[in-house]
Amino acid sequence: MRRFLRPGHDPVRERLKRDLFQFNKTVEHGFPHQPSALGYSPFLHLMAIGTRSGAIKLYGAPGVEFMGLHEENNTVMQIHFIPDQCQLVTLLDDNSLHLWSLKQQSGASELREEHRFTLKGPPGSPPSATQITAVLPHSSREVLYLGTESGNIFVVELPSFRVLEDRTISSEAVLQRVPEDYCNRRSCELVEALQEHPKNPDQILIGYSRGLIVLWDLQNNKVTHHFLGSQQLENLYWQRDGSKFISCHYDGSYTQWPVSSDNRQPEPLENLVPYGPFPCKAISKIYWQTTKNGLPYIIFQGGMPRASYGDRHSISVVHGSQQTAFDFTSRVIDFFIIFSSEPAAEFDDPSAMVVLAEEELVVIDLKTAGWPAVHPPYLASLHCSAITCSHHVSNIPLKLWERIISAGSKQNIHYSNMPWPIDGGTNIAPDPPQRDLLLTGHEDGTVRFWDASGVCLHLLYKLSTVRVFLTDADPNDNMNTLGEDEWPPLRKVGTFDPYSDDPRLGIQKIYLCKYSGYLTVAGTAGQVLVMELNDEDAEHVVDHAEADLLQDQEGYRWKGHEKLKTRDGPVRFEAGFQPFVLVQCQPPAVVTSLALHSEWKLVAFGTSHGFGLFDHQQKRLVFVKCTLHPSDQLALEGPLSRVKSLKKSLRQSFRRIRRSRVSSRKRRGGSGNASEVQEANARFDQDALQEMELAPVQRKIEARSAEDSFTGFVRTLYFADTFLRDSSRHCPSLWAGTNGGTVYAFCLRIPPAERRMDEPVRAEQAKEIQLMHRAPVVGILVLDGRGIPLPEPLEVAHDLSKSPDMQGSHQLLVVSEEQFKVFTLPKVSSKLKLKLTALEGCRVRKVTVANFGSCKTDDYSENDLAVLTNLGDIQIISLPFLKLQIRYPCIRKEDVSGIASCVFTKYGQGFYLISPSEFERFSLSTKWLVEPRCVVDMPEVTSNNHGHKSSMENAARKS
Amino acid sequence: EFRRFSLERSKPGKFEEFYGLLQHVHKIPNVDVLVGYTDIHGDLLPINNDDNYHKAVSTANPLLRIFIQRKEDADYSAFGTDTMTRKKNVLSNVLRPDNHKKKPHIVISMPQDFRPVSSIIDVDILPETHRRVRLYKYGTDKPLGFYIRDGSSVRVTPHGLEKVPGIFISRLVPGGLAQSTGLLAVNDEVLEVNGIEVSGKSLDQVTDMMIANSRNLIITVRPANQRNNVVRNSRTSGSSGQSTESSLPSSTPNILANFLQGEEESDEEDIIIEDSGEPQQIPKAAPTSESLESLTQVELLHESTQNGFLPSSEMNLNHSAGSISMEYEVKDPGHKSLEEDGTIITL
Repeated sequence: MRRFLRPGHDPVRERLKRDLFQFNKTVEHGFPHQPSALGYSPFLHLMAIGTRSGAIKLYGAPGVEFMGLHEENNTVMQIHFIPDQCQLVTLLDDNSLHLWSLKQQSGASELREEHRFTLKGPPGSPPSATQITAVLPHSSREVLYLGTESGNIFVVELPSFRVLEDRTISSEAVLQRVPEDYCNRRSCELVEALQEHPKNPDQILIGYSRGLIVLWDLQNNKVTHHFLGSQQLENLYWQRDGSKFISCHYDGSYTQWPVSSDNRQPEPLENLVPYGPFPCKAISKIYWQTTKNGLPYIIFQGGMPRASYGDRHSISVVHGSQQTAFDFTSRVIDFFIIFSSEPAAEFDDPSAMVVLAEEELVVIDLKTAGWPAVHPPYLASLHCSAITCSHHVSNIPLKLWERIISAGSKQNIHYSNMPWPIDGGTNIAPDPPQRDLLLTGHEDGTVRFWDASGVCLHLLYKLSTVRVFLTDADPNDNMNTLGEDEWPPLRKVGTFDPYSDDPRLGIQKIYLCKYSGYLTVAGTAGQVLVMELNDEDAEHVVDHAEADLLQDQEGYRWKGHEKLKTRDGPVRFEAGFQPFVLVQCQPPAVVTSLALHSEWKLVAFGTSHGFGLFDHQQKRLVFVKCTLHPSDQLALEGPLSRVKSLKKSLRQSFRRIRRSRVSSRKRRGGSGNASEVQEANARFDQDALQEMELAPVQRKIEARSAEDSFTGFVRTLYFADTFLRDSSRHCPSLWAGTNGGTVYAFCLRIPPAERRMDEPVRAEQAKEIQLMHRAPVVGILVLDGRGIPLPEPLEVAHDLSKSPDMQGSHQLLVVSEEQFKVFTLPKVSSKLKLKLTALEGCRVRKVTVANFGSCKTDDYSENDLAVLTNLGDIQIISLPFLKLQIRYPCIRKEDVSGIASCVFTKYGQGFYLISPSEFERFSLSTKWLVEPRCVVDMPEVTSNNHGHKSSMENAARKS
Repeated sequence: EFRRFSLERSKPGKFEEFYGLLQHVHKIPNVDVLVGYTDIHGDLLPINNDDNYHKAVSTANPLLRIFIQRKEDADYSAFGTDTMTRKKNVLSNVLRPDNHKKKPHIVISMPQDFRPVSSIIDVDILPETHRRVRLYKYGTDKPLGFYIRDGSSVRVTPHGLEKVPGIFISRLVPGGLAQSTGLLAVNDEVLEVNGIEVSGKSLDQVTDMMIANSRNLIITVRPANQRNNVVRNSRTSGSSGQSTESSLPSSTPNILANFLQGEEESDEEDIIIEDSGEPQQIPKAAPTSESLESLTQVELLHESTQNGFLPSSEMNLNHSAGSISMEYEVKDPGHKSLEEDGTIITL
């Protein structure tokens, strides 16, 4: 076996391997985990999202995305695009500033970090002196104004980050002309907001947290106006013409202030608590948007009555008499308004509001009546209900694709028709080579169909299995229907809903036949649903069948969950996949494996108790087979008994902790003086250390035996038309592999098409193979006479695959967690094997046959096994000779959920979850590579742009 | 009863053939016998497999004296060094018969009647500070019965002594195979598992490797107690200083790998149960090419019958010497009853 570990000696093969295999992590799909900051460039039409792990992601038109990662992995606090530039500045929670640029490199743009900078105060000053709280990139593009906790505003030059000390705006200078009484009452405190005058780049508005707002003249270095706010300030926003601005406050109020040359210390125009009179929460950000018709949009975050709605994450939009408080499903990180950025335009005319909540991105169309949401083409919240499984189908026929899209479009009628408003950059990636579907099963009993062909993972259609069952939740419980005069006018938006009504609804296995449109899904409570695609709404009865997998096993009681109650009578299903048969496994344990043969119209399913075969044409159970070992009490009783023991062990460990605390306190209490205390402490530490040494992490070394738990757990099911009985006649067969290393083979007799409904399908056990090493069987595959895996059902019928070679002798490949083994058929004798665990100490977690094409020649492709191990490595193993081709580290071995979620495609790509909400896409193939490739061009700067003008002025002034 | 016949010295053939020949010339086709011969030192040595049969033929000078005993009344103690010289004193024993009768021989069965449970192997190629222990899990009901843990050990490196992480035996289960052999002890450092070094591997990886190899587990350890090491004459005091840990990886794996090639395959016989309804023609077992190994397989099966394995009425021991691994197929028309009992077949 060692020979497989040595690098191959064949130079031709080595060259070919280079043409076939290559590992790349290409793109992250889904919604960034723990977003912490949002930025938008109205100039580039690009949006930036920063995360708590220091990642920064830029999004524009669908397909345009960039990703960067701060080395420090610190939380991104703020993101600011430099006006009219392909540059942005990020502020991290370690108070460092980073300048990023989009640069073109060999035809495509790349995001790169250019500079980093940490503001340093004079020696001896407290760290708060330079703790940055507000950042203003000046429209001159040459300087950044940095407001700090100390109240001072530092000025740094771009892109060098050189501090221009002579231009620092100190709080003393600001306070000089503030009236005495106001000045005494409060100091400046930290700088809360910095805003440049929209018309005059030489003036900036400075807001301090205690409520003082000043207009500062950069030319003369002095305050021109004082606005003496009485409430703690949260944020500021200029009106477009610069004649007024609006401030929002901690007490839930906002105030309008006039700016005119005659009054240097104006009184507020209007002070309003929108959700008063009871105490309200802070309004943390506010927009004032002018429109042609005169009625402004006032959009603010927060401000809800503290007592009754203080827990809501809301953003209110007020436009004349219309007012809606959008109620988000998770905390709002930040938001921005897309409005006319044309400097010549007289009004803002807002078109959309983009809200980054902690778990999803919501875009509201402000132009369409009713302010509907816009369906985002990317940043989908994969985790709106926790993902429980995934299934990938490559190369979907156009017909099925269109039918799924049409079913999905009927679900999306409540979305706005507005084109996606964030449309910066150009996607120059070639069109995806084929249509790929990624199906995700969720805890709430839904299956989501994603377009996984390209860079944007886009939701096509959502299927819910809940309608089949009776659940506690009232289906008419619509959160959106509120009374007319409801106050505050809350409206739920967003899809994130992690709270499942019933965990039994969870989807565990999915299988879609892309040729016939048959879909089968199986869930946590032993439910197996077979569905058919229907383009119309329909009301029909779902047939039921029970599969008693325990058969003759007497005297055991299932202590796990009960099966789901089904709805009696006809059920209305919307267009799309509609269930027509429900097979309920008994006991209702989680379905652990599933296979569908659409040509034979058979569904096989397995649980921890056994497996069964169902004929969905005749709606008849063909057979069941119990795989349980009689001593396997744990599997019989279900997961509940394990929960109990876990509870018990938890309780015990808590008790242990408590006891150790008590004893240490006692010891300390008993000792009189300090040295004794110290001694006692030392003794205690030593005891703790000893205890640790007494109970080290240890692993039991024991051969697997038939009596081990969960040996009957069915891990894999496989249909094959092969030589099971003798070498002259092939027949349909069903193969099942268990956790205990047993493979069962059943010979199936399927009546010919014309008598398909009349004669029953028959099955007979033909073989049983017990692998000596007893490791769980994770994959079964039959190779034809040419050593090629048998095609999928209906693949040959649709002319998409050569028919298998039925002349030569077939081979059976059994993949266990520990080794790969090829047997001859029909007489099962071992031909060759590749040991994995015995040699490398790793175990197979996922295995798939993948087709690899050469990047050099179009006419060469081969099938190999793509294997993911428990150490997170990916190995490619050749077929049929089982030689290790190449190995790539892919997932951290500690990332158990990442490894468990991995799914391979048929063409050497794969997906795995890097967070509950994000799939990482990777590619093992040189030929099939889906990665973002896009260009961001600097748009033409219009001559009357004020920013441009000011920079010219600055240049003139310097010279 | 004596027979005399000739054999071709250059092509002695297999032991089985020879055994058949003996039964044939003595006309005792169904009698189990023990075969022995006298070597050049005059010792009576057994012939029971290909190797010692070939050895016997090659040492024949020119005659090969063969002794055949009926198995039931065989005198096992007759074999061994100096046995023939002792035989010469048989007369003296006869002269004092009472003495002889008072001390009946303890019957020690032939090596083939034992099943090894453990052995120390490769003593000649390992440094004296190390011990390579082979645990034979198959055939016994005893659990392997040990635990391993993470720890650190001190290595000699070019930079001096260095602490490196290592894997250690942390516990032996009383009554387990590991404990009963006496060859492994708590705090022994595990260096290799079936020829693969464990350095750089995590505790979980080593656990998986050991379990994957559990049917034929070969662990190389550095015993915590270094006083019971095998002392070899060939490499005495001088070499012990040289045998540091670092010398091990470079020298042994290749040898071990060769050694494992043959050994490893024998532990992997998967069971295949054919279950076609029709009665089948069962080919007669034709143990023409059977070696000792296949005999132990029979025993293996027999052993398992006592552990709940229902004996299958016919079996076809099919041992193809050239194939990478061996299967034996149990064609079992009586399997139906097994299935109804829900018994899972174990071996």
